Amino acid sequence: MAETVIETCGLVKRYGDFTAVYGLDLEVRAGEVFGLLGPNGAGKTTTILMLLGLTEPTDGWIRVLGHDPVRDPIAVKRLTGYLPDNVGFYDELTGRQNLFYTAELNGIPRREAAPEIDRLLTRVGLADAADTRVGAYSRGMRQRLGVADVLLKRPRVVIMDEPTLGLDPEGARTFLRLIRQLADEGMTVLLSSHLLHQVQAVCDRVGIFVKGQMIACGPVDELAEQALAGEPLRLELELAPCTEELLSALERLEGLVEVHRRDGPAGTAPGDFARGAAASRSGESLRLELVCRRDVRAEVSRLAASHGAAVLHLSQAGRSLDDIYRRYFADGGETGGGTSEGAA
Amino acid sequence: MAVLPKVQPKVWLERLRARPAEAQAKAAPVGGLAAVVRKEFADHVNSWRMVILVLLLLVTGIASLYTAAQTIRSVVEATAATPDFVFLRLFTGGSSRLPSLTAFVSFLAPLLGIALGFDAICGEHSRRTLSRVLAQPIHRDAVINGKFLAGLLAIVVTLTALLLGVGALGLIMIGVPPTGDEALRLVAYGVLTTVYVAFWLSLAILFSVVFRQAATSALASIAVWLFFSVFWDMIVGVAAGDDPVGLGLWLSRVSPGYLYTEAMVTLLNPIVRSLGPVTLEQVLGALEGVLPVGQSIALIWPQAMGLVALTAVCFAASYILFMRREIRA
Repeated sequence: MAETVIETCGLVKRYGDFTAVYGLDLEVRAGEVFGLLGPNGAGKTTTILMLLGLTEPTDGWIRVLGHDPVRDPIAVKRLTGYLPDNVGFYDELTGRQNLFYTAELNGIPRREAAPEIDRLLTRVGLADAADTRVGAYSRGMRQRLGVADVLLKRPRVVIMDEPTLGLDPEGARTFLRLIRQLADEGMTVLLSSHLLHQVQAVCDRVGIFVKGQMIACGPVDELAEQALAGEPLRLELELAPCTEELLSALERLEGLVEVHRRDGPAGTAPGDFARGAAASRSGESLRLELVCRRDVRAEVSRLAASHGAAVLHLSQAGRSLDDIYRRYFADGGETGGGTSEGAA
Repeated sequence: MAVLPKVQPKVWLERLRARPAEAQAKAAPVGGLAAVVRKEFADHVNSWRMVILVLLLLVTGIASLYTAAQTIRSVVEATAATPDFVFLRLFTGGSSRLPSLTAFVSFLAPLLGIALGFDAICGEHSRRTLSRVLAQPIHRDAVINGKFLAGLLAIVVTLTALLLGVGALGLIMIGVPPTGDEALRLVAYGVLTTVYVAFWLSLAILFSVVFRQAATSALASIAVWLFFSVFWDMIVGVAAGDDPVGLGLWLSRVSPGYLYTEAMVTLLNPIVRSLGPVTLEQVLGALEGVLPVGQSIALIWPQAMGLVALTAVCFAASYILFMRREIRA
């Protein structure tokens, strides 16, 4: 098992009466991309600031690469790069000058910094804009300059707070690819986000954060199984033609809970499949959603074949992070306390 | 405009700096302070507000110097003798049309300090650069110390240039070199003015920590300045009532501007021998004469220390507030 890079134990942060983070146990291993996932105000940024020693925890302890950010923030900050949410630069300086300032703050001699800055600016695609004032940069360019700024100190851990927020889809995709590259180069990346699909695309493991507590933690697939263990399976199905007999046969399948007809733009009109069957007498194709307790895909296709219908589409739906997210956040408030202890 | 120096340091300097990696890593926090000072000073030098203020100081300085020189010449022509401390009169002498250089400086000095400091911290907040800078391996106080030191450096450079420039021009105009006593008095005046501007700088930095908006912070500093330069005299006049020299004087001395004026007048006018109320018995039988520079400095020592203390208090307050401040916006 890989070395633990970030470890917290019973981390608590209170602002007066408000508890921003409560009893957080986090473990991030070397070389992985870890996603802190949660709605706004869940305590993600507070956690990140505590990891960097920019805010003191009320209780609990933290180790980042073996250093305690409360006692020795300089050691942590030397090894850790931080890309804040909506990163800011000095508008009146050029991109290159901003990076030189960072290099100077890190004690990197100018002679060593200059080629490194050139290399990083090229890597993030800002070589042409290097000598333009940052004031004229677009948001995506600032964000990429932020990455160059973070990488300049050659960190072992990179912490990013909502890195793709406000980027256009193409910019976000490029950005995520860059994050993946960093991890492949052996860097450990911790990123926070409330954008599920991006987290799913890039993270090895995620921790789901609700109201200051991490209510689940693990690889996305595992979380899905955990979260949706009791949930019925949903199958999307398209049959042509779909006869009434076939529908009733489907309904009689063992383990089937419900059949929804998904037709027209409204999509998920629940219940009452009989009406749907009546409408499909013409022999046109019909889209259905099957809610079942077990995987009945094989039976469905066999049944369709025996009724002379073609299966145009058959897929398992609803195991994405969206469902996990919805499931956790919908009842996160009530079950939060219980599951966090389970996760711990 | 190149802000960070592009010139490569000389080879020997580089060698001096070339240390083992570990030593360098340990030295980084100190380097952080130096980096902040250098960057902030470069920002000051390049900023329009600094350019405007320095131009203002230069124009007023030259104008008042010219009138002072005119006045001195007419005095010399009338009496055919060089007045005492003629070099100092270049700085203190005005005319009915234009105030003296020192009057201009004491008016503009607070503005200079405020201009250098009003957006020190809140500017970083609003540009969202603070969290990024603090995530670098530097101590948190390097930022606020660096900003204060860079401001102080800018003040020292400006005032030194102004005094030397005006002194040199004056020397050309009247052709009388300053005596040692006068030169020392001018140096002391420069130091005193630096402290006075540093007070306004630290006050401005304090407001820039307290307020989130640069405009609010600037307004708060200017409000304090206006209060002391305009309203404080009126309040003192009403409050002191029939005791203008006792209570009135002490109340006046609450104002940093008054402290500065007292000290400045004593330094540049060797004839001033006392700053408090003088009884008739003390005046009776006293010999006319001037104070040596050491005695003048001794006389204004409390005022000077008062200004230093005010500066220290303001800076300490902003330091503590900044260190305790949550970084999140």
